[in-house]
Amino acid sequence: MEMLPFILATVFTAATPLLIAALGEHVTERAGVLNLGVEGMMIVGAATGFAAAVLTDSSVFGIFAGALAGMALSAVFALMVLVFATNQVATGLALTIMGLGLAGLIGQGFVGQPRAAIPPVSIPLLSEIPVLGKAIFTGDFVFFLSLVLIGFVAWGLNRTRFGLLLRAVGESHGSAHALGLPVKRIRLVAILFGGLLAGLAGAYLSLIYTRFWSPGMSAGRGWIALALVVFAGGHVWRLVLGAYLFGGITVAQLHAQAGAIGLPSQFLSALPYLMTIAALLFLSISGRKGAGAAGSLGQPFVPER
Amino acid sequence: MSRTGILAAFALSLGVAAPAIAQEKLKVGFIYVGPVGDFGWSYQHDEGRKAIEKAFPGRVETTFIENVPEADSERSIEQLARTGHKLIFTTSFGYMEPTLKVAKKYPNVMFEHATGFKRDKNVATYSAKFHEGRFIIGKIAGKMTKTNTLGYVGAMPIPEVIAGINAFYLGAKSVNPNVKIKIAWANAWFDPGKEGDAAKALLDQGADIITQHTDSPAPLQQASARGKLAFGQASDMTRFAPNHIMTSIIDDWAPYYVERTRAVLEGKWQSQDVFDGLAKGKVKMGPYVNMPEDVKTLAEETEAGLKSGKIDAFMCPVVTQDGKTVECKGGDRLTDEQVVSMNFYVQGVEGTIPK
Repeated sequence: MEMLPFILATVFTAATPLLIAALGEHVTERAGVLNLGVEGMMIVGAATGFAAAVLTDSSVFGIFAGALAGMALSAVFALMVLVFATNQVATGLALTIMGLGLAGLIGQGFVGQPRAAIPPVSIPLLSEIPVLGKAIFTGDFVFFLSLVLIGFVAWGLNRTRFGLLLRAVGESHGSAHALGLPVKRIRLVAILFGGLLAGLAGAYLSLIYTRFWSPGMSAGRGWIALALVVFAGGHVWRLVLGAYLFGGITVAQLHAQAGAIGLPSQFLSALPYLMTIAALLFLSISGRKGAGAAGSLGQPFVPER
Repeated sequence: MSRTGILAAFALSLGVAAPAIAQEKLKVGFIYVGPVGDFGWSYQHDEGRKAIEKAFPGRVETTFIENVPEADSERSIEQLARTGHKLIFTTSFGYMEPTLKVAKKYPNVMFEHATGFKRDKNVATYSAKFHEGRFIIGKIAGKMTKTNTLGYVGAMPIPEVIAGINAFYLGAKSVNPNVKIKIAWANAWFDPGKEGDAAKALLDQGADIITQHTDSPAPLQQASARGKLAFGQASDMTRFAPNHIMTSIIDDWAPYYVERTRAVLEGKWQSQDVFDGLAKGKVKMGPYVNMPEDVKTLAEETEAGLKSGKIDAFMCPVVTQDGKTVECKGGDRLTDEQVVSMNFYVQGVEGTIPK
């Protein structure tokens, strides 16, 4: 039992970058835009965040710089798909490839430089709850920020006027446009928010999760975030569940190995992905298609004049 | 340089051939499994590449492609062969079959495959006795552990890694009969996040010393963050945990790469298999730090013994996990051949090798 808080803390750090990036992409997709560039924005956030942290000697500043870098890259995506109405899938893929290259360039002078950890934050009183208190209420500030973001996204999408408009635009951009809603402006906000969070997730990787920069260090986490959004099928709570489940299984399988449980480690490593596929199948078979993706997801919006 | 590498990788992945420039220079190509900035395995190979450029100014031209997945390496290797590279180093175990396949198609191109065991007329293999270094750090770990539990982050269950685990354990056990080893497989050579998580899992399970056979400094860094001791892998990783690193096993490929390039330039290249370690300087040890004087002396003596050949990580009798004694083909120790094809845990290592 004494291991549990440590294990939980590991699960939270493993799940947080996935959760943050997926929350951003969730908002983008709710507005009807599919941005496959999450991996690219994430890695640029990681490189820029680390570079900024070294240059200013402030990891906290680096975190925010990384987030802004992700947003800057998403602005390029917004320009392409909103102004020039390019194919979203192709543009998103291009963004990932460009991001991976760009990140290598940005991080070039910073490879192999170590950085000290950001001191953890403890919530007074709550962190003194026996056993689990310390695990849940002591962590890095981005972890707590991610908890706030969950609430913010859920509340913003479902309980505010802007959220309603955003979802309306995502459901049917034609109708929204006919009603006089500023489709492109709302989508711009959604895309930039997605980029901001992807960049934040990236900076989390290079400044908190593993504290150094190395090209390719995102190792496909942007794609996992995209899969989580599909897994969530439009519900924030399911997205949160998915992220922690994914982080949990990843960590649990490592523990199973270290504890010499006789299961092949390759199978255990693949388990999180198998779970995602199983969840997708389950969602599909249970036939709740209406709860899935936004109606105009991925379609370029070209208003008739 | 990593810029060019990334661009080259993209050009190749899109199937765009770089324009062939007619020139006399010998083109030497490299395939890396991780980024050159991993500060471990691929980084050290790239140091070797740079050494070639330095040794033959104006006579050679080198190219590298980084982050090449093992399962999808054939087209990258073939791309180098097709674009006029006459000597190609493929630097990961998983490139073995793709290298052989491409080599059959390009009989005039010389291939050098690292850590493999299959050769051809134009495919040579080379490796280093990393397990010698692991035997040394095993002894250090055995002396330094307080919980008698050592954590080992493995990448892939291939002979090179298995032999490393065995050598580490045998080293530790030789100085501490109560020592136990816990192994977690990351199933990746380079995924800093996962490597770090594996180290954390091992620490959570009671290990107080971490060693790794993956390419990034993440496991070392995570151990250090918990105030636990660890080792560097492939390159000197001191900077990542100056107060908790005890030494690093350093790979030095440069002299071999220069020698083989010279052989091609002089028309003397032949397929061969080279497997050497501390004695030839292909494996080096970082400074022994963060340990008491007697442990340091033990490490230095072990290093000297391995160098002179007086001792070996696998002195007979070697007993497998299920109690069988391994045939002693090398007199008083196992042969190199037995080490590079090792597919069993020695007695005392718990768990089964993932198949």
